[in-house]
Amino acid sequence: MTSMVGAAVIRKEDPNLLTGRGTYVDNLRLPGMLHMAFVRSAEAHARIRGIEVGAAAALPRVHGVFTARDLPELPPIPTVVPGLERPSLARDRVRFVGEPVAVVVAEDRYVAADAVARVTVDYEPLPPVPDLETALAEGAPLLFPEHGSNVYAEIPPAGDAEAALAAAPRRARLRLVNQRCAPAPMEPFGVVADWGPKTLTVWASCQSAHFVRGQLSKLLAVPYGGIRVIAPDVGGGFGAKQSWYPEYVVAAVLSRRLGRPIKATETRSENLVAMTHGRAQVQEVEVGFDDSGRILALRVMVTQDAGAYPGDAVGLPMLTMIMSAGCYRIPTVVTGCRAVGTTTTPVGAYRGAGRPEAAYLIERVIDLVSDETGVDPIEVRRRNFLPADAFPHTTHLGFVYDSGDYGKALRRLLEMIDYEGLRREQAARREDPTRPLMGIGFSTFVEMGGVGPSAMMEGLGMLGGWESARARVNPDGTVTLAVGTSPHGQGHETAFAQIAADALSLPLDRIEVVHGDTEVVQEGIGTFGSRSIAVGGEAVRRASLRAREKATRVAAHLLEAAPEDVELEDGRFFVRGSPDRGIGWEEVANKAYRPTQLGDLEPGIEVAAFYEPGLTTCPSGAHCCVVGVDRETGRVTIERYVGVDDCGTVINPLTARGQVMGGVAQGIAQALYEEVSYGESGQPLTSTLAEYLVPSAAEMPRFELEHVETPTPANSLGAKGLGESGATAAPQAVVNAVIDALSHLGVRELQMPLTPERVWRAIQAAANGGVA
Amino acid sequence: MRIELTVNGRHEAAEVEPRLLLVHLLRERLGLTGTNVGCDSTSCGACTVLLDGQSVKSCTVLAVQADGAEVTTIEGLSGAGGGLHPLQAAFQRHHALQCGYCTPGMVMAAVSLLAEHPHPTEEEVRRGLEGNLCRCTGYQGIVDAILEVARTTGGAER
Amino acid sequence: MIPAPFEYARPRTVEEAVSLLVHHGEGAKLLAGGHSLLPLMKLRVAAPSLLVDIGRLVDLRYVRDAGDHVAVGALVRHHDLETSPLLEREAPLLRYAAGFVGDPQVRHRGTIGGSLAHADPAADLPGVVVALEATMVVYGPRGERLIPARDFFRSTFESALAPDEVLVEVRVPKVGGRRWAFQKFNRRSIDWAIVGVAAVEADGGASVALVNMGPIPLRALETEAALRRGASQAEAAALADRGTEPSSDLNASAEYRRHLARVLVRRALEQVRR
Repeated sequence: MTSMVGAAVIRKEDPNLLTGRGTYVDNLRLPGMLHMAFVRSAEAHARIRGIEVGAAAALPRVHGVFTARDLPELPPIPTVVPGLERPSLARDRVRFVGEPVAVVVAEDRYVAADAVARVTVDYEPLPPVPDLETALAEGAPLLFPEHGSNVYAEIPPAGDAEAALAAAPRRARLRLVNQRCAPAPMEPFGVVADWGPKTLTVWASCQSAHFVRGQLSKLLAVPYGGIRVIAPDVGGGFGAKQSWYPEYVVAAVLSRRLGRPIKATETRSENLVAMTHGRAQVQEVEVGFDDSGRILALRVMVTQDAGAYPGDAVGLPMLTMIMSAGCYRIPTVVTGCRAVGTTTTPVGAYRGAGRPEAAYLIERVIDLVSDETGVDPIEVRRRNFLPADAFPHTTHLGFVYDSGDYGKALRRLLEMIDYEGLRREQAARREDPTRPLMGIGFSTFVEMGGVGPSAMMEGLGMLGGWESARARVNPDGTVTLAVGTSPHGQGHETAFAQIAADALSLPLDRIEVVHGDTEVVQEGIGTFGSRSIAVGGEAVRRASLRAREKATRVAAHLLEAAPEDVELEDGRFFVRGSPDRGIGWEEVANKAYRPTQLGDLEPGIEVAAFYEPGLTTCPSGAHCCVVGVDRETGRVTIERYVGVDDCGTVINPLTARGQVMGGVAQGIAQALYEEVSYGESGQPLTSTLAEYLVPSAAEMPRFELEHVETPTPANSLGAKGLGESGATAAPQAVVNAVIDALSHLGVRELQMPLTPERVWRAIQAAANGGVA
Repeated sequence: MRIELTVNGRHEAAEVEPRLLLVHLLRERLGLTGTNVGCDSTSCGACTVLLDGQSVKSCTVLAVQADGAEVTTIEGLSGAGGGLHPLQAAFQRHHALQCGYCTPGMVMAAVSLLAEHPHPTEEEVRRGLEGNLCRCTGYQGIVDAILEVARTTGGAER
Repeated sequence: MIPAPFEYARPRTVEEAVSLLVHHGEGAKLLAGGHSLLPLMKLRVAAPSLLVDIGRLVDLRYVRDAGDHVAVGALVRHHDLETSPLLEREAPLLRYAAGFVGDPQVRHRGTIGGSLAHADPAADLPGVVVALEATMVVYGPRGERLIPARDFFRSTFESALAPDEVLVEVRVPKVGGRRWAFQKFNRRSIDWAIVGVAAVEADGGASVALVNMGPIPLRALETEAALRRGASQAEAAALADRGTEPSSDLNASAEYRRHLARVLVRRALEQVRR
């Protein structure tokens, strides 16, 4: 049988989704179900003097209006800084526009919306803290006065880079803003909670049913056995559906109070202010280098805008610090970070979570060094690359890069783009004022995949960094795989079946994958950090091999041979040397459940594997973006986007390409279109998709993508994962390209998103002799 | 008020509040949950259905406006046998969906696009999808699926 | 996401619609395709107490040759404009620009009358009818009156329509033989114009209208005058932002809008007068 791993198999998931049979949370209807809706803060920062709910509660078909005082049993949302808890419903104070202050329950969403409109909140405004500058100013208004500062957490630089920077022949600085973005999965967040006499059942649009159950158990003091969490079809997550939201406990508590199932689904305008945002970093970077473009020292200070509460954002700049040196050998690297509170939507993981920010900074540094030295950006990269024999490589903070061959991806990229031809065209266009300027930008990136191991994940408040799979061979010879990952678009049902098909020598259509239901699936961790294939896939492979081993023992008994003499090929078990006297999987599976024919063997074939990775993996790659820049308007047009990814072994080229394309699209969106904006008073200015500019097909280029494969030693598949690679690769490829287009004018830095006006202003400033 | 309409070939009657949006009539009264809601500003196109044969955003049509009309949703697209419509099959072949949430609206927009432009260029397909947002795929699979159907069926498929 | 409750009426004639407006007063709003009004109602920015649904008055859905002009019924949808052979022949600027309104789904529902009556300064068609010097036909309790496009737009979201009047027709002068241009600058294809330009060749120069350079669509009067004086396209375009009052928002500052107006007008003029 040809290997399924590596085959471009179309997805098992698709027929249901294509015919409108998706099971998204909002599709769920339970008998007696009520709808809840939050009254959300209209103020960025205020004390709550009072909440008037009478008019709302009096509406027909409203079942209740509740404030924090009405729900003393409501637990707060834990944060990573002790004492700085986030209430599930604001009690005395609100810290961002969109924070829930009260909740209504009604028979349908129409009545709920009417009731929300009738609740009035009396606010005593406090000074807003809409940005980092305000938050860090002397005498700044404090979000938590008892904390004494808006700095929620801080890691001072370990060591001093000054000597190395001073010793370098040249040095330069960059101040980079990685703007706040909204993950904006197409399906907003939603839950349904049904707390019956025996069990609390929660359907949630989340990235890990098991994580949600663990949190609910802890917060509501209910044992695991009393809680069932189901993640049905989930319409995208991008990290943000790994965050914890007030709906989980509010819906549960209201369901218990009212004895009815409660549905809570966000509208998009709620989603854009309530779901965690991503990125939101400012980086102060200093680099020391020599005339040949060799980088000698790097100092990075990351300031993370955490938003209103010290949640998931606190960990993000640490990941940025870890990955700051990118794929380069830099003798001295010193990094520090702090996470700072502002009166804005809390910040959390967004596709890449801290690593795209690192890749952006180091790749901008590389191009700055190129611009300063006149050494070609490709050459600067080559001169500083960690060589292929440098692995495992331990970084300045003790993190280990598993494997890599950065030169290989770059060589393939250069073949694909005809670099010299592009440079000739660029030069010709510079001379022809009737044509748009042209720029060529590169991104040779490295990030983290296969996120674990557990030591790292425990530090981030997770149960662990392992993953689980259980393989059950059914009596008809089909296999049911229960996996602890929790896909929301990634296609695990297909990719895991491919891995199992190879391990079990079974056709793909004999393998079903189930996930996302704590009652059906053994304990698991979930889907984030590009971990599903590298960690979950390895668990699938191990569970499958264990099932195969048991099946082999059954077959050996039936064939009257020793298990070590039994082989499995093309779905048939046979004694080595006698392939024609074999028995098929169906028979073996069936007999495995017939103790009368099993001798001393225990009946059944059902085995689990819990896999703890020894290493995080490091997917990498080389991407190139070619842009045209309208000289008069500043409009940027992507003329080509070419990428070579190295995620080690590719399980399914079709879905792997899909992951890269989707990530690159989000990266391009960050570079050119998207930014969450706040007004001076802390009012969000981008709370609909008419204002928050998620691009359409009309704005996206065609992508030219390939893979090279440098397997990881971290797992037996050699797979590194690549869910976040595209988003990590793309922003700096685009920005480097635009700066390259304008570099002859003296432009050295531009801030994302590269709006036409920003680019136009940079051109204007350069023309007027200054540099933007 | 009482309205009557044809949904996926079936006659339906309902007593509705004037403010009821067509998408909620479909999802919550008729149980046709294939049509999703992704925004509240007529931007994302997740709720796209055909109204008298043309693509519309059902979140921006009142149910009372659809009184007497013929509505086709994703559930009504495949044939009686339940097989995939050529566009649905092409979406699967080209990996034109990941999480699937935008997919019903995207497919319905594509049906309307091909009805109006049987032989679109890539540029026309991309502009023809300007009203449908997808956060997962980067759109290339979607565009390729539509172009392939246009090539192989001459755009005749409705 | 959910509109506030309202009453709903579906008149069978324009007269009946007018009488509903007269009787109900301030709180009544006309509903045609609904693509300007319903989004505002869903965000509860607008909350009319009565919707008068004129969407079924098929008598107002026509594009016909009326001698020296093309008569376009107010309920003609953008998609119908976009695909009208008569407009392609006699007023191709309007046909072309209609293809830039919103997205295909919006164009299947939105109507020319609804778009013009909404008087959004960022909308495409108001600028186009101003450039084309179209005439609005409105009907009310005092009968019919004609309003030139340049007088129809009063301020942001405010037209010359009285609360009890209905826009019934747009009369578009035939300009079939003349050259024209439509420039729309936005960040995403679906978005409103940051700045737009509609231009059509006219005796001794061009008629040039600007979208989103003030509270109403504006004629670039100084540009037009310069062209009549024989100025070059570049010289004339450099005056395009004179007399405008662009606003600043997330997508563009007023200064950048002025710059765009000058650039886009020059590009439009290059298409209009080669």
